[in-house]
Amino acid sequence: MTYPAAELPIPPEIAPERTLSAAQWGMASFLVSEVAFFSTLIVAYVTFLGRDTVGPTPAQALSLKLAFGTTLCLVASSVIIHFAEAALRRGNHAAFKVLWAMTIALGAAFLLGTAFEWHDLITRQELTISRNLFGTTFYTLVGFHGLHVTAGVIAMSIVLLLAARGAVAKEHDTAVQLVSWYWHFVDVVWIVVFLVVYVGAKGGTA
Amino acid sequence: MATVDRSHRLEHAGSAAADNASSGWADALHDWTTTVDHKKIGIMYVLMSLVFLVIGGVEALLMRWQLFYARNDVLGPSVFNQLFTMHGTTMVFFVGMPILIGIGNYMIPLMVGARDMAFPRLNAFGFWITLFGGLLTYLSFITGAAPEIGWFAYAPLTEHTFDRNAGTDFWALGLLISGIGTIGAAVNFIATILGMRAPGMTMRKMPFFAWTMLWTSFQMLLAIPPLTAALVMILFDRQLGAHFFDVQNGGSAYLWQHLFWFFGHPEVYILILPVFGMVSEVIPVFSRKVLFGYEFMAAATMAIAFISLGVWAHHMFCVGMSRTLDLYFAAASLIVSIPTGIKFFNWLATIYGGRISLASPMLFAFGFLSMFLIGGLTGIMLAAAPFDFQLSDSYFVVGHFHWVLIGGTLFGTFAGIYYWYPKVTGRMLSERLAVWHFWLLYIGFILTFGPMHISGILGMPRRIYTYDPSRDWEWWNQLTTIGALVQTPSYAIFVYNLVTSLWKGKPAGDDPWDAWTLEWTTSSPPPSYNFETEPVVHSRRPLWDLKHPDDPDWQYE
Repeated sequence: MTYPAAELPIPPEIAPERTLSAAQWGMASFLVSEVAFFSTLIVAYVTFLGRDTVGPTPAQALSLKLAFGTTLCLVASSVIIHFAEAALRRGNHAAFKVLWAMTIALGAAFLLGTAFEWHDLITRQELTISRNLFGTTFYTLVGFHGLHVTAGVIAMSIVLLLAARGAVAKEHDTAVQLVSWYWHFVDVVWIVVFLVVYVGAKGGTA
Repeated sequence: MATVDRSHRLEHAGSAAADNASSGWADALHDWTTTVDHKKIGIMYVLMSLVFLVIGGVEALLMRWQLFYARNDVLGPSVFNQLFTMHGTTMVFFVGMPILIGIGNYMIPLMVGARDMAFPRLNAFGFWITLFGGLLTYLSFITGAAPEIGWFAYAPLTEHTFDRNAGTDFWALGLLISGIGTIGAAVNFIATILGMRAPGMTMRKMPFFAWTMLWTSFQMLLAIPPLTAALVMILFDRQLGAHFFDVQNGGSAYLWQHLFWFFGHPEVYILILPVFGMVSEVIPVFSRKVLFGYEFMAAATMAIAFISLGVWAHHMFCVGMSRTLDLYFAAASLIVSIPTGIKFFNWLATIYGGRISLASPMLFAFGFLSMFLIGGLTGIMLAAAPFDFQLSDSYFVVGHFHWVLIGGTLFGTFAGIYYWYPKVTGRMLSERLAVWHFWLLYIGFILTFGPMHISGILGMPRRIYTYDPSRDWEWWNQLTTIGALVQTPSYAIFVYNLVTSLWKGKPAGDDPWDAWTLEWTTSSPPPSYNFETEPVVHSRRPLWDLKHPDDPDWQYE
């Protein structure tokens, strides 16, 4: 049975789909897996909270003031990276580079703060990972977060290096955007850690 | 960014073809180890899984040898412990997941009309790190002994106090890095399926296998990282003196069980959902009908993916959680049977009234349907907490999950392999050998795992290396071992068929099954760039539309 071509049904037009790009889906799903990872560490921290028979306890060891400072660094960096992205989209490369470098500096400041905190905890408070359950869960949680901040600082430094050589242009905004998604994620995790670990520790006693 | 990547890939594909032309072992080796082609990576995943399947199978046979007689002592308790640990670990992490990821890797880009996965280099990284994870886990043997912890590694057995070898460290590291590879694969599948479908292929027009791989990947994203975190905790406990699972210092063995099963239960759905997808591709083609209830099937897949994240503690009824938790987890586990039932009835409705061809893929699909049903029913039994109190950690449980993993996952995977082998190699597998493979496996499988239910009900606990003759378990164990021996040649026949058909098989042509999805529009094997021009899709069966321009599917969808 053959039909003349004119009688064949003609398919409807195909509307273009408006959704995330493959790269954006990739980063989004990676971040979902990171949420599952950090949730597990936070669950472990909360599970053992207050179960220690040997000190120091979170309330004794942690400095809310210092943590508040490092938290401010990260929150500010999240705002600044947003403007850096916007600058790149507008094509303002000079502003992009300055804002991007500021984000890196704030990330580095956070890491310095953490280094200072850990130095104090280990040498003065004698809190190590094997000291008690608090040490075990605290260093694991905060350590893995710090590792993620470090990775973010390295990724952003690579972008800055490329930008300094003029290799980051407007059409790379997806790559820059993905790095900033990651950075926002790291900041959000920190806000949760800050509330659960630091504010939680001082909540009763402050 | 995507366009930049694509042109780069085309160049690479060109040079890979040139390598092949100049031939030589060194060139071929270089080509396969450096490839980022999703098809080659998929093949390597499947080959790796088959090698580990043989290793895991040999471990199982050794255990069956030990259990053949009461008071047998050919292996002894320590070796027996190592064998069941490595058997379970191997089959779940280095056979089950990689073979499904491998088939998905090969087929998904072809089925959604893409030229490769979204991130080809991540894809290659994922494969190699999975392979090295497997090798690392097996290196534990040369540290003196493999771990004696069982595949779910209950604390505090994993603590330094109880295992002073490095076996547990190798085991934990191996699973940790292969888990990172699995996350990479999941990210890749999601990005490819959601971001790289051919024009016109809306979510409602995707091949069904793509739906199941999508939700499998979603489960991997949420289930694997908790395991990664828990493995890190084991390593910190063992190497840095942390106290997560160190009960003498306030650590919690109970926490490990929650963390492990939060991974472990979604894991069994990770192992079955892709198979649901393969069977949903095979059944319509060999019934000559469209898949019945496509939307309901997709929704049921999503429902399974979500519900299965909230049922993990049905593995822990005997821990003594609380009546509330027992009730919740029992009820939640029973609810999974609803979407699974929807799938079952839709498969039956697809077959109903169809022009059924009993070619090898369909034969295995029928094997899947019949056996997975039984495994599902014993699952419902075990989900009822009071029943589980009686049979937890008995051979009934061993019978149940092997029934699901072999009767379900393995039969379905074989259906997929028989279905797609012609596409991958350009040759047909021998149908005669396939029939032998099927019946030996089918009969041997029932003979192996059926009696386990009985010995379990008679009280035989899992993981014991021997038993007393007075318990009347011997006869059932002997049946089980004989069943294993009946199964064994079926795998040999399968591998023989895979290898010899490479050159002896009938040339397959592009579309040997008269199928309907995009992969069959390419040559067999497909060119490295998959599609010369980007295909445009108007219905769920684009190839039907091409073959029947007078009566295309999009008129009715």
